Amino acid sequence: MSAVVEFERVVSIAGSFPVLTGLDLRVEQGEILLVRGENGAGKTSLLRACAGLISVNSGNASVLGFDMRADRRAPRRYIGLLGHENNLYRDLRVSEHVEFRAASVGAKASDTAAALEQVGFPQQLWTVPIISLSAGQRRKVAIASLLVGRPQLWLLDEPHAALDTESRKNLDAILKDASASGATIIFVSHENPTTKDIASRVVTMDGGRIMEDSGAG
Amino acid sequence: MLAEALLVARKDLRVERRAKIALGQVAPLALLILMVFAFALDANSSLLERGAGGLYWLAVLYGGTLLIQRSFDVETDDGNMDALRMSGIGSTSLFLGKASALFVQITVLELILGPGIVLLYNVRVVDWVLLFAAATAGTVAFSVCGVLWGVMSAGLRVRATLLPLLLVPVLAPVLLAGSRAFETALGVRTGAGWTWAGLMFVIAAVHTAVGLGAFGFLLEEG
Amino acid sequence: MTAAANSGAKMTATPITRVLGVSALAATALMAVLGLVVSPPDVIQGEAVRMLYIHVPSIWIAYGGFALTSISSILFLRRSRRRPDQGRHYDRLAGSAAEVGVVFTAITLITGMLWGKVTWGTYWQWDARLTTTVLLFVTYLGYLALRRLPAEPTVRSRRAAVMALISFINVPIVHYSVDWWRTLHQKASLSVGRRPEITGEMYWTLLYSMLAVTILATWLIIHRYRVIRLEELRDEEGLEALIASRLNKAVGSH
Repeated sequence: MSAVVEFERVVSIAGSFPVLTGLDLRVEQGEILLVRGENGAGKTSLLRACAGLISVNSGNASVLGFDMRADRRAPRRYIGLLGHENNLYRDLRVSEHVEFRAASVGAKASDTAAALEQVGFPQQLWTVPIISLSAGQRRKVAIASLLVGRPQLWLLDEPHAALDTESRKNLDAILKDASASGATIIFVSHENPTTKDIASRVVTMDGGRIMEDSGAG
Repeated sequence: MLAEALLVARKDLRVERRAKIALGQVAPLALLILMVFAFALDANSSLLERGAGGLYWLAVLYGGTLLIQRSFDVETDDGNMDALRMSGIGSTSLFLGKASALFVQITVLELILGPGIVLLYNVRVVDWVLLFAAATAGTVAFSVCGVLWGVMSAGLRVRATLLPLLLVPVLAPVLLAGSRAFETALGVRTGAGWTWAGLMFVIAAVHTAVGLGAFGFLLEEG
Repeated sequence: MTAAANSGAKMTATPITRVLGVSALAATALMAVLGLVVSPPDVIQGEAVRMLYIHVPSIWIAYGGFALTSISSILFLRRSRRRPDQGRHYDRLAGSAAEVGVVFTAITLITGMLWGKVTWGTYWQWDARLTTTVLLFVTYLGYLALRRLPAEPTVRSRRAAVMALISFINVPIVHYSVDWWRTLHQKASLSVGRRPEITGEMYWTLLYSMLAVTILATWLIIHRYRVIRLEELRDEEGLEALIASRLNKAVGSH
């Protein structure tokens, strides 16, 4: 097994605020890592640093074997990132949106149907504008938009938010499935103790660093 | 690269087809502006006829600015910019794609404003080739500058005021040249029309080149 | 710069710039004497010609400042492409040169309009140079507005650098289009007054004024550069304290 994420003493500064303050983290391929912590602990920043969306100001960082200080754009197309927002073009119809996301990561438009079915999105709503969907349904479309790209690394910020119990179980199944076929998953959650079930490891963040690690030592 | 650009352009145009902001709101507003100009000039027909070219380009500037802002509001809404950054689409493709979609939308706007000045200002086209050449070059310049300044002000709280402040000084030569070229094409001023159209093509080419080179710098955060 | 940055008393003056500042003051005083007293009135324009000694050096500094902004911006983009945290001194130079450029563009416009009132009888003529200068003024006001926006420092600097580049490329385009606009159709409107023949004492006074104003502008740019640097240092010091306090808080709570 090789390390998918390898962070050593990573400091990351957003504006003039240090969001990561010397963070150490090593995540192996196939792990499902749950990141917990209070609001403002740096969980979201960790995900964005893994995605290469914020720069690493000091320390060593590599993701999927790419040195993030040399070129943080390099690993992006192998990564699926879902933040607080759903990244949806609200004016588009569901299938149009997922097709665009599929095409933009080089996947086939025909994978769209499979992805929407996998997240349990009802077929009669595929031609509905996203703007008329409920929050939970939008979240599903967002997850399907990631799924079509078959990412090697999933970075999910509160992925269970807005989903009902049935859909949560379904999402957990999808994540386990992806992990079993070699993908690595890092997800953030601060509210729900039941999300712990699928995690193979839990870390707790505070003040921009990892403070507790269930898998350490 | 071109396939990716086309993908982005088609996505933008599809968003517009579904939302109908350009056609349903911006175009009627731009037509309204043409009417208000007539109020300001007291519907003095000879004055309107002579000024038609300039008033046309002012209306395009106004409507175009709204379209540019809309084009990037779509991307910053719901964090779509992150998804674009995470996708494999290169900055060159993104620039060309966004610019092409804007080109199409501004062209549609102009296809409505054109008959607008003919009907409202009572002008007659004497040189169609010059008219289309100048309109095309001007629209290219608007589109590429629009994408550059649009991405710079995208997502900012002050974007509504910043975008025109940055855009107008850069597009001033296009407005000037466009007005003169149109005046010749509409037969209210003799000669020099092609010189102005030529200048517009040079401006469009320069800004396209700059945009292709610089857009990548503007896309990243942090 | 290093002296200013290292000294405990955060001042922007160093011995060299003190000398430069005093020289600028003396040079400007002498410029006033030469321009107002020593040089003769123009045969045609009379006393109004003295405006020349401020007007021409100002536009020279304005263009020079904007050229410096563009060159620094190109160097910044080249440097920061490799490492995002590099080339910040070019960014500071670009910013301070643009600020001084904008101030001198304003001086050019004001003196130009006053001069116009005396010689043409009107403050504003749609003269090619005047129009170009106004557009230039607004463009760089926009540039400074962009620099002041709250954003990630590297993002802001990159945006500003691209804008500086586009603005400078746009200068000749604006110049020629406005020039054509005023000459292709209405030749008559341009023949407002004769440009004064500049010879003898007037020539030397003008040349000297250019030198004096250049010293003044250099002094201003250096100080603006240092103030920007100090502002950055202040932010960085705050940042280190912030990292430390975040760490302490995190360690303390566990």
